Amino acid sequence: MNTGKRQKQRKVLLMGKSGAGKSSMRSIVFSNYVAKDVRRLGATIDVEHSNIKFMGNLMLNLWDCGGQDGFVENYLTHQRAHVFGSVAVLIFVFDIESREFQADVISYSNIIRALEECSPSAKVFILIHKMDLVQARLRVQLFEERAEYIRSASEGFRDIVEFFPTSIWDQSLYKAWTQIIYFLIPNAGTIEGLLRQLAEIIDARELILYERTTCLMVTHVTRGTEGQNPFTDRFERISSILKTHKQSMAKHTGIPAGSANFAEMQIKTGRFMFFITRLTENTNLAASIPPSEQVFNAARVNILLVRPQFAQLDIASKPRPGIQQAFAHSAESESRRDVGAGASEDRHSGKGKEAVGSGGGGGEYSG
Amino acid sequence: MEDLPDAEIPPSDVPPRYHTGRLPNSKVGDGKPRLLLMGQRRSGKSSISSVVFHKLPPSETLYLETTTRIKKESMHSFMDFQVWDLPGHLDYTDPTWDIDVIFGEIGALIWVIDAQDEYLEAIGRLNDTILKLQERYPDINVEVFVHKVDGLSEDYKSDTFRDIIQRVQDELSDNGYENAPVSFYQTSIYDHSIFEAFSKVIQKLIPQLPTLEALLNSLCSTCRIEKAYLFDIMSKIYIATDTSPTDIGSYEICSDYIDVVIDVSEIYGWDRPSENGSSEITETGNNDAESLITMERKGNNYLYLREINKYLALICLMGDDSPAEKKAVIDYNVGVFQAALNQVFPRAEREQLLSPE
Repeated sequence: MNTGKRQKQRKVLLMGKSGAGKSSMRSIVFSNYVAKDVRRLGATIDVEHSNIKFMGNLMLNLWDCGGQDGFVENYLTHQRAHVFGSVAVLIFVFDIESREFQADVISYSNIIRALEECSPSAKVFILIHKMDLVQARLRVQLFEERAEYIRSASEGFRDIVEFFPTSIWDQSLYKAWTQIIYFLIPNAGTIEGLLRQLAEIIDARELILYERTTCLMVTHVTRGTEGQNPFTDRFERISSILKTHKQSMAKHTGIPAGSANFAEMQIKTGRFMFFITRLTENTNLAASIPPSEQVFNAARVNILLVRPQFAQLDIASKPRPGIQQAFAHSAESESRRDVGAGASEDRHSGKGKEAVGSGGGGGEYSG
Repeated sequence: MEDLPDAEIPPSDVPPRYHTGRLPNSKVGDGKPRLLLMGQRRSGKSSISSVVFHKLPPSETLYLETTTRIKKESMHSFMDFQVWDLPGHLDYTDPTWDIDVIFGEIGALIWVIDAQDEYLEAIGRLNDTILKLQERYPDINVEVFVHKVDGLSEDYKSDTFRDIIQRVQDELSDNGYENAPVSFYQTSIYDHSIFEAFSKVIQKLIPQLPTLEALLNSLCSTCRIEKAYLFDIMSKIYIATDTSPTDIGSYEICSDYIDVVIDVSEIYGWDRPSENGSSEITETGNNDAESLITMERKGNNYLYLREINKYLALICLMGDDSPAEKKAVIDYNVGVFQAALNQVFPRAEREQLLSPE
């Protein structure tokens, strides 16, 4: 596939004071570390670059910027244009336990000023990190106080800056990063639309689209009563379940964590059926459906059939007629029982295609 | 799997129905096989029972208080066990103690030795205890957990382990009890070794173990399964496995796999409001949970889980044949296995049938 062609490179700066936890969270989210492994990490020297391919068409160009004063000085002077130029997102990490909060904020506003000068259209996310170290009853209040204070130092980004409380020891880190990723995906709206149609067809209670290597949620669709599911943090929970499983498999079979992916996971019980399967090269689709073998099998077949459709979204290329024909053909050759589903599938593969045409070109990027 | 009760809360007022582990020297009465945890103070007894039976994260055990009185905990699972956590300072040789109450009905005595500490005194007490038990209750299995081995280097660990075995056995043979039922395990709460050790301890208390192993063996050979475990879901102790060599790795995969299934079941197994009276779905899925994980790369194992009854799950590690082809064979054979298991434990099934009253 011609992935390289229309890839979107997005530059993401990860900054914050030394020891705030930048490299730790990067290792956990992107490099298959578990929380307790991060003790091994040393201080980041200068900038560590990593390129993370996300959903095929999105390349995250992550700059993990060492936070020691000397380095920061350097970013702000000699390397100003180099570091702060053409930034899509700045992620700034504050340590909630920091004793010099005032000094942190001053350093932050220097960086914000540089960013405003070089990339005024960037988006800023603030992660207030290590929230686990604060007593549970004080968390919300302290977070809000800090957030308000930081906002007042945010200059031109005052109104668009977003805050998240995070900790590597619970789901909050995933929650924050999911939001950040969602913002970066160029055609999130299109993907969501297509997913919603798919959910209707296969009668799924819930569909969740995960990125494959990081297990971060891209987007989800919830239908009917599933909206009342008491586990409101279930998407992050499943992220971490998947990740833990991946690590367990890697550890005990000796394959590197990066490639210990499962092809499919099914869980069937009397109350629900659940499966996760590959959707595109870079995504996994998790589906929660009613407990019925019939629905389950139909859903699996239909997901198999929509793969080419999503694959196109993934690379955001112009629609290729070849795929659609092959797709229509395979839909027709489906067994009798699935004819109804297959046909309606086909009908809106056309709709989907239009959506790609309009969404893929301009991108759903809004700052 | 969604309606499992917590380990410490009895599921109902009705006395628990599963009861299979009858012991040669058990008295009549409630007949619960008891596991007795003993050892010096601060050797890690309460930590062990919290981690194994209450799923406390190992790092949290630092904050456990010293046990000052006998703590009795019941585990309502496949078999009903009572775990007695005996405070280390307790001198049970004191005549005011009714020794029959403590040892009268236990299946196994677990003696915990802190491998990171000076252990000579602990061994002395252990030897006294074994000798005393040999006089009155020679059928009690003595299981020695050489504990906290996670903090020791590989060499030092095996030296310590060997030294402890040597000292205990010397003392026993000096007193003419060479064949006393004493076994040794290296354990740590920071990995799966403590679960593995408990599995072995509990397996000794299951009279039907050979039958179970034979059943699992034949299941493995008919379905070309590499390794099959029969797990107690709640405690993640395996009560039987086939007789092919076990390695801790495959146990850990299976144990982590149970977590995956239970966690997902928890998320999506919530009580849904009935769907507006519409009876669109009359067919319901299998009530026994079932799960399958296939791996992406060729040559990797894949995993299969099947809920056998309320307490037990069968977990199989399989080779790289395509699961789609084998699924029907496996389903059929697991069905046969399940039926056979019900014959092995007929009482459980019969009482299940009677239970609605």
